[in-house]
Amino acid sequence: MIEVRHLTKTFRDRKRGPIHAVEDVSFAVAPGQIYGLLGANGAGKTTTLRLLATLLQPTSGTATVAGYDVVTAGAQVRARVGFLAASTALYGRLTARETLQYFGRLNGLADSEIAARTQRLADELDMHDFLDRRCEKFSTGMKQKTSIARTLIHDPAVMIFDEPTLGLDIMAARTIVRFVRECRDRGKTVVYSTHIMSEVEKLCDVVGIIHDGRLLAAGTLPELRERYHEREMEEIFVRCVGAEPPRLRPA
Amino acid sequence: MNWSNIFTVYAKELRDMLRDRRTLISMIVIPTLVMPGLLAVVTFITVQVAKDAAAAIPTIMILGGEDSPKVNAALRSGTKVKFVPPAADWKKQIADKQLRAVVDISSGFDRALERGEPASVRIYNYSGELRSGFAVNEVRRFFSDYGEKQVVARLAERGLPPSTLKPFDVATENVAPPEKVGGNIIGGFIPYFFLLLCFTGAMYPAMDLTAGEKERGTMETILCSPVARLDLVLGKFLTILTASLGTVACSLLSMGLTFAVGGPLLASRIAGAGTVAARRGAEQITAMTTLDPLGLVAVLGMVLPMAVLFAAVLFVISLFAKSFKEAQSYVSPLIIVIILPAIIGALPGVDLNARLALVPVLNVSLVSKQLVSGIWQWDYLALIFGSTCVYAAAALALAVRMFNREDVIFRT
Repeated sequence: MIEVRHLTKTFRDRKRGPIHAVEDVSFAVAPGQIYGLLGANGAGKTTTLRLLATLLQPTSGTATVAGYDVVTAGAQVRARVGFLAASTALYGRLTARETLQYFGRLNGLADSEIAARTQRLADELDMHDFLDRRCEKFSTGMKQKTSIARTLIHDPAVMIFDEPTLGLDIMAARTIVRFVRECRDRGKTVVYSTHIMSEVEKLCDVVGIIHDGRLLAAGTLPELRERYHEREMEEIFVRCVGAEPPRLRPA
Repeated sequence: MNWSNIFTVYAKELRDMLRDRRTLISMIVIPTLVMPGLLAVVTFITVQVAKDAAAAIPTIMILGGEDSPKVNAALRSGTKVKFVPPAADWKKQIADKQLRAVVDISSGFDRALERGEPASVRIYNYSGELRSGFAVNEVRRFFSDYGEKQVVARLAERGLPPSTLKPFDVATENVAPPEKVGGNIIGGFIPYFFLLLCFTGAMYPAMDLTAGEKERGTMETILCSPVARLDLVLGKFLTILTASLGTVACSLLSMGLTFAVGGPLLASRIAGAGTVAARRGAEQITAMTTLDPLGLVAVLGMVLPMAVLFAAVLFVISLFAKSFKEAQSYVSPLIIVIILPAIIGALPGVDLNARLALVPVLNVSLVSKQLVSGIWQWDYLALIFGSTCVYAAAALALAVRMFNREDVIFRT
């Protein structure tokens, strides 16, 4: 469902010269699978996911999402992707219902269908109390539910999550984690980026460790444990990346 | 390009915008209130000046002239001043501004005039003081008339007509239709006003729909929907344009009402005060509020491509900013760029030529001055409309281009 081949993204910076945010990254994700992209801040997770969501154009390499090329068929890709990130906010002056209607229409849905889906999502996510209130007045939990409903309004086959639990309290984070699992159970193809090791252990079927723009290792959790002879995800990550924080490194 | 998507974006942005207090203030409240407010201020000042002029009858003292009853009586009846009896401390009274002027008539003034001998009048004043100046002018006017009468009388004694010393008469008379006079007084002002409102009306929405979205994190949300970026730009651009034209429409409506109802009402009220200054003020207000309606429509026609240009330029500039505040710091100095050509256009004596017709903002300002005065130069009109359309199209193309640039949209 997602196939990434030698994906590379280089940013030009006047002061620092070319920055290789993503370098020769390849991986594949099947439907009903959660692929976890694990990496520290600035490792290239967000750039990779933005390339998949066609927000950015790759410098070289390619990727297909739901059978469509991210470079040549961006609109078709976006129509089949639900993208949820800590940085994807809601329009404060629209109500939750208006938000869903807006994104439904942009996805080419008829108004009757939007109304039916809104009703269903509001049932599932328990949104009826605040469906007609403006998003600016929402609590974090309400915002989250509305955002989730927004990514699901067009029933996408592929879900991309970019550190969706960033800055959330435990309860709100659990809602997200449960939602991600449900996406997998419904047969959706899921990519999930995070720097939180426990989330990877709880959620991901396959883990890719990304560092300095490169995908250093990938495999199921048992495979990685065997390869690095470590049990904890954190230890696996550190061994894979090959660098303890400097002052802790043995002499 | 997908018109359905453009409309969806436009409808959403419009709804979003109309729920924003800042936009409502800049789009509806300010343009609606500013014109009646301005007229009220003008009226207030005119009335005040008229009242002051009526209240300020200068006090004058006459020294000497006891032996010249004729000139004394003529002076007292022929001037609008208040006379006080002679006093020794008149210099101090002038310095204290209790007295505005002192008229010193030489002894034997009447007799000297009768005999045709030289006579003199001396006026003491507070030099540079406004009201003292008024008093001196009044006394001078009287003595100038009085002297002229003496000349006419002497000529008549010798059997000569008055035209001996005044061979011809010079007079000026206004024959232009009232709207042209109005056009000249207000012509430079109206387009300037429209251009400014056109710009300020687009300012807040432009910043809110670009930098504001980036700041609030909704830009990424909308970019990952299937809508094409071109459709997104056009939808947003149309919203900004609507705000700009909405601002002009509000101000036009308010101006029309103010001029149609308020103008004559105030003019008659001021004229009712009766003084010369009040009458002149009333004439000014009537002239100001009399405009060629067809010219006004044409001005709006010229403002239309200008609004497109403003909306697109503001879109590009604020799109580059990361936050609303940053956008403000880019856009605010731009007001000067808009005001400057508009002011130059409003200056008397700056006239349209082929080169100026290509300078954006200034060209529309200049041609609008002509249009409200009923002057239609079709070649310039075409040139200005055409060039403004070209600039507007270029700015819009730039906006689309910028929106497709990753380093602008995801600038960190």
